This record gives sequence, C-alpha cells and structure tokens, in this order.
Amino acid sequence: MKGNVYFRRYWQLYALLVLPLAYFIVFKYGPMWGVQIAFKDFNFFQGITGSEWIGFDAFREVFRMDDFYRTLRNTIVLNLLDLLVSFPAPLILAILLYEMKVVWFKKLSQTILYIPHFISWVIIGGIVYQVFGTQSGMINNVLTTLGFQAIPFLTDKNDWVLTYLLTGVWQSAGWGTILYLAALTGINRELFEAAEVDGAGRLKRIWYITIPGMKTTIATLLIINLGNMITIGFDRPYVIGNVAVRDYSDVLSTFVYRIGMESGQYTLATVVGLFQAVVGLIFVLGANYASKKLTDESIM
Amino acid sequence: MSERTANRTFDIVTTVLVAVAVLLCLAPFIHILSISFSSNRAITSGEVTLFPVEFNLQAYGKVFADMSMIRSLGFTVLLTVITTVLSMLMTIIAAYPLTKKNLKGRKTMMFIIVVTMFFSGGIIPEYILVRDLHLLNNMWSLILPGLISPFYLIILISFFNGIPESLGEAAEIDGTSQFGTLIRIVLPLSLPVLATLSLFYGVGRWNGFQDTLMYIQNPDLFPLQLKLYQMIQNNMVSELTRLEGASGARITPEGLKAASVIFATVPILLVYPWLQRYFVSGVMVGAVKG
Repeated sequence: MKGNVYFRRYWQLYALLVLPLAYFIVFKYGPMWGVQIAFKDFNFFQGITGSEWIGFDAFREVFRMDDFYRTLRNTIVLNLLDLLVSFPAPLILAILLYEMKVVWFKKLSQTILYIPHFISWVIIGGIVYQVFGTQSGMINNVLTTLGFQAIPFLTDKNDWVLTYLLTGVWQSAGWGTILYLAALTGINRELFEAAEVDGAGRLKRIWYITIPGMKTTIATLLIINLGNMITIGFDRPYVIGNVAVRDYSDVLSTFVYRIGMESGQYTLATVVGLFQAVVGLIFVLGANYASKKLTDESIM
Repeated sequence: MSERTANRTFDIVTTVLVAVAVLLCLAPFIHILSISFSSNRAITSGEVTLFPVEFNLQAYGKVFADMSMIRSLGFTVLLTVITTVLSMLMTIIAAYPLTKKNLKGRKTMMFIIVVTMFFSGGIIPEYILVRDLHLLNNMWSLILPGLISPFYLIILISFFNGIPESLGEAAEIDGTSQFGTLIRIVLPLSLPVLATLSLFYGVGRWNGFQDTLMYIQNPDLFPLQLKLYQMIQNNMVSELTRLEGASGARITPEGLKAASVIFATVPILLVYPWLQRYFVSGVMVGAVKG
C-alpha cells in the first residue's frame, strides 16, 4: 500500500522522465554499444551484430599507422600552444574591463567582445580567408602596401599554426572573461578601500587583490584545459586547415572523420575514436582529482 | 606625478586598451562587410580594407536571387526553431523530476546522464546508429542525436534547485498536480535560465557543421553552414592552385562569399542582444556547481 501511495503521488514525475531517459539510452548509450565494432571486421551488410570478431587486430593496425601518431602529436601540440596563447587573454581582458569606470563603454565592450563566441567556425573560416589570404587578404594587402613581404598564413605550415592560434584568441577571449568577471564580483570592495588608505596604487591593487580574487577560477579553468588536452573540436581544424598544411592541421577528430567517413574504414576510425575517448576520460578524471586536491572545488 | 594624475593616466590606459581589443574584435567583421559592398575590381586589386570601395549591392543581389540560398536560410531557421523548442521541452521535463530529492531512483538516473558527459561512443558508432534508424538525409538526423545536452540539463537542475521548495509544497497542498507546479510556479521563476539555454541550443544548431557534413548529402537539405563551407572550400582550392600555378578551380567571387557570410551571421546578431542580458546570469548558475 505504501508503494501505491508513493506512486500515486509521484507518477507524473516518472512520466515526465520517460522520454528523456529513452533519449539517453538510444542516442547516447546506443553508440556506446556500437563501440564493439572496434573489435569487429565491420561491414554494413552484416551490421554490428553480424560482423565477425577480430579482437585487437584493428588496434594493432592503428598503432602501426604514422598518421595516427602525427594526428595525436598535432592534437596535443595545438592544444598546448592554444592554452599558452588563449589562456591569458581573457584574464587580462577581464582585469581591464573590471578596472573600467565608464559604465556604458564597459557594457558596450562586453557586448561586442562576446559576439565571436556565437559565430560558427565555418563563418570564421570564411572571414579567415578574407583576412589572412596570401593574394588578397586584408593583412597581406596592408603589409605589401607598406613594402613588406606577404606572409603565407594559410599555406605555410608554421604560419598556419599562427593563424590557428590567433583565430582561437579572437573567438574565445571575450567570452572567457565572463567567468573571471563573475569571480571578481565576489570581491569585497572594502579590500580596495583599505589598500587605497594604505597607499597602494592601482597596479598594486590589481596584483594583491584582483588577481588573488580570481585564483580559484584560474586554477579550475587551467585544470579543465589540461584535462582536455587530447580532446579537440572538429570544426576549427577542419575548416581552417587545408591540404597544404595537413602535416600540422590533421588532428584526431579530423583523422577519425577522414578514415571513417571519407575512406569507409569504420573499424579503424572507431578504434581511434575509442582511444581518444578512453585517454580523454583518464585525463579528465585526473584533472578533476587534481582540482579537488588543489582548489577544493571539483569540476563535477 | 600626483596620485590623482596617476589615477587618470591609469583610467585612460585601460580604456584605450579595451578600445583596441574591441576594434580588433570588430575589424574582421567590418572588413568582410566592406568586401560585401565593394566592386569585384576593388576587391581583387586589394583596395578594400575597412571601408567599401566602389560601393554596390551586386553581391547581395546575387545572394537574394539564388533560390537555393534563400531555401537554405529558411530550412536553417526552421531547423533551429524546431531543435530549440524540442530541446528545451525535453530538458525541462528531465530536469524537474530530478530536483525532487525523495524521487526513488534519482541517483541512478543522474549517474546514467552524467556518464554521457565524460564518455561517448564517438562519431562512427553515432553515424552507424543514425544510418540504422534510416535518418540519413533527413532533417531529424540533425535534431534527435543532440536533443538534450547533459551539461545544460545539469545547469537547469541546479537552477531549479535554487527555487525554494516551500513554494511547490504550498501549491501541492492547495491541490496542484506536479505538472501544474512545474508550469505555474517553477517555469515562470526560471525565465532567465530558460532564455539562456534556448540561446545556447539555438546557436549550437544554427552553427552546427560536422553532423550536417556527415548526415546530409541531398543539396535540398543543406543548412547554411554546409552551403557556406562549400563556397569557402572553393576559395581555398583557388588559393592552393594559384600557389602551384595551376588553374581550373571554380572560384566563388570574393564579394559573393562575403555577402553570404554576412547573410548567415545577421540572424544570430539579431537575436543576440535580446538575450544577452540573460546569459551572463545563466552562465554563472552553471559555473557555480555541476
């Protein structure tokens, strides 16, 4: 009887949950079940269950591929460089915005700086070709007018990395300030007043009050970023990369797409995807553990 | 230097630096806008930087005359609206029950959901699933697989948790059903976060690219991003062939490409200011605790 009362009271809640749970089971756990094709000689006609088991053969093949190590290296190197360049940008921008006294200009700046975050990588790709193109790009036009050599931003490997990094800063710096500014609103204004009385200048106040006020946020974001070292989005390297710079622009996500969707080697592509998922999971869990230890704040 | 002048100098320096950042942020947009309004001759001779040269509307004329472009825009709008509405509905009906601490099985369900944030089957098993469900070249392949974002779901759960439970209990005593409490009490109090998540779902669908590349081959169902990508790709080929001295690539005129980029960006820029005031608070809710 007790159970009956419980369900009479709560059946509506369970009814609400039916569809969402069905979604998770079909569209999230379905692909997890499908991961078994990494261990099968998959072909579409026999389907997942019909295909033959091959054990770790596909893994051995992947670990013998030069492309695999190249894309793994590119993923980690691009992520590390990106962290180096893109991590400090929002931090500095947030401090500047926080120090700004003209409220209307501060608000306007924030509105504008957030915009690139909402622009797709395909569109950014379109903009990149117009801005960085060798023949008619904006930057090179200015450079050649001033008598300098044009820089092959899109076709030279090393210059391409620069393009990749700059677009990352442009896209994410403004949006990244949100969390820091949120952390800064928690700072007690009296600290600033006290420091002023003690004769601390603006720079000193930034160093001793503003930056420590963001410490936890900085640490947490840094750890999250490190945890994502092996994860990399598909759109950005795929759209900005091209054949000429493939040695540097081909990363795990584009590699999986290329061998899976373009060459139809589903088993090998699944193996690479699984490798990325498992190693990524280890990184993320490690980062979460480190975060708990260091900042008393876990990501999850 | 007195403290007062030091303060003034500091204020000026910060303002100038922020202004520079804002300009750097806007410059590419302004450039591409100017390209879209300039003549082909001026563009190819490299005269356009920040202002249109030989102002004209030819490129826009071509974009709006291209029925496939208009159709693609219409399809993308439809797709975005359907996705946003369905995603929000599903996220709400999932979040509300999961805020009830005494709901049996709640922990297990939370676990089932949270796991998917950290581990996924990867794109190939996803593709095979979509194919087996006969959704290839079908609008639903772009809607169903990403219907609920576990991350947004958790943001919504933590927001709902912040609403005092006594409000719901009072309504229940008055005889309101769970469903009624959700609609009449919880949702009206959650408008900022609902607006934020709608923006995120909407923008995510509008900007989504990889799934369109994988699931859609039928040109009639090309969303804007896929259409744009092909234009830009043509241009990349031209850049490479120019380098190798070869020719033959079909080059989309720069002006047309720029106009198309503007065409695909404006709708986002139109909704964004209306929702901006919400999302700052919305993002903070998510940042507090997962």
